[in-house]
Amino acid sequence: MTTIEAPRSPKPARTRRRGINGEKWGWIYMRASGLVLVILIFGHLFVNLVSGKGVNAIDFAFVAGKLADPFWVVWDTLLLWLALIHGSNGIRTLINDYTRTPLTRRILLIAVATATAVLLILGTLVIYTFDPCPAGAAANLVPSFCQGR
Amino acid sequence: MPDKTAGTLATTSRRAPVIKPPKRLVGTVYRGREGMWSWVLHRITGVAIYFFLLVHILDTSLVRLSPEAYNAVINTYKTPIMGLGETALVVAIGFHALNGLRIILIDFWSVGAKYQRLMFWIVIALWIVLLVGFVPRQFMHIFGAH
Repeated sequence: MTTIEAPRSPKPARTRRRGINGEKWGWIYMRASGLVLVILIFGHLFVNLVSGKGVNAIDFAFVAGKLADPFWVVWDTLLLWLALIHGSNGIRTLINDYTRTPLTRRILLIAVATATAVLLILGTLVIYTFDPCPAGAAANLVPSFCQGR
Repeated sequence: MPDKTAGTLATTSRRAPVIKPPKRLVGTVYRGREGMWSWVLHRITGVAIYFFLLVHILDTSLVRLSPEAYNAVINTYKTPIMGLGETALVVAIGFHALNGLRIILIDFWSVGAKYQRLMFWIVIALWIVLLVGFVPRQFMHIFGAH
């Protein structure tokens, strides 16, 4: 008996697998992280672009002042992880939608995964190994609280 | 004989169905209303924000290198051209955030799908309110005296 395939599907639909449903958790992640990111990003934009002198106020001393405060360390860590994984998962969706061959899909997915892993490690290391008063730095470039050290 | 019948069915199912053009287009073809345009804008703004994020993590990482290196790069963010870029970034983030909340409401609110079209226009209205608050302030920072 010849089986009748569903029209226009290149591969037969994947049968339900056991274990963790990654796509479901990805879907949930986008919504859960999105909700938190609305608060984190608008807060970040307000402090860095709107309040005071806006973008003109940002320099090493400004960032060092923020990262000397545990509140902003937690804020920026959450921002880094939630935003980058949210973005990468979104790009994964676009790659799945728009690539025409399995090879290009594979190459692009590996590129996104690599960039994500590298930037998560880099960003986390920067936040947690950061010294607001680096040795030998000019006094006018570092936060004022470095003077007493 | 039954085998042959089934085989013919499988072959014909592969052929694209013939669709006659309708006399009037209204209500017959997908013409992309609020649902489609919100989806298009969500994708475009998402990609734009993503590529900024990649660069932004790298430029912020310069604080670990030296105050001079970080200041040299962050000072380019204060030029008028980059100031317009930051405006565009907030335009993109504003839409993506508000429409993202709309998507959450469509998925989790019992009547979310019913009101998705109305919620799209609420998103647009809130987006404009947000930008009316932000853009003049940003222009003051980047074009005004400081």
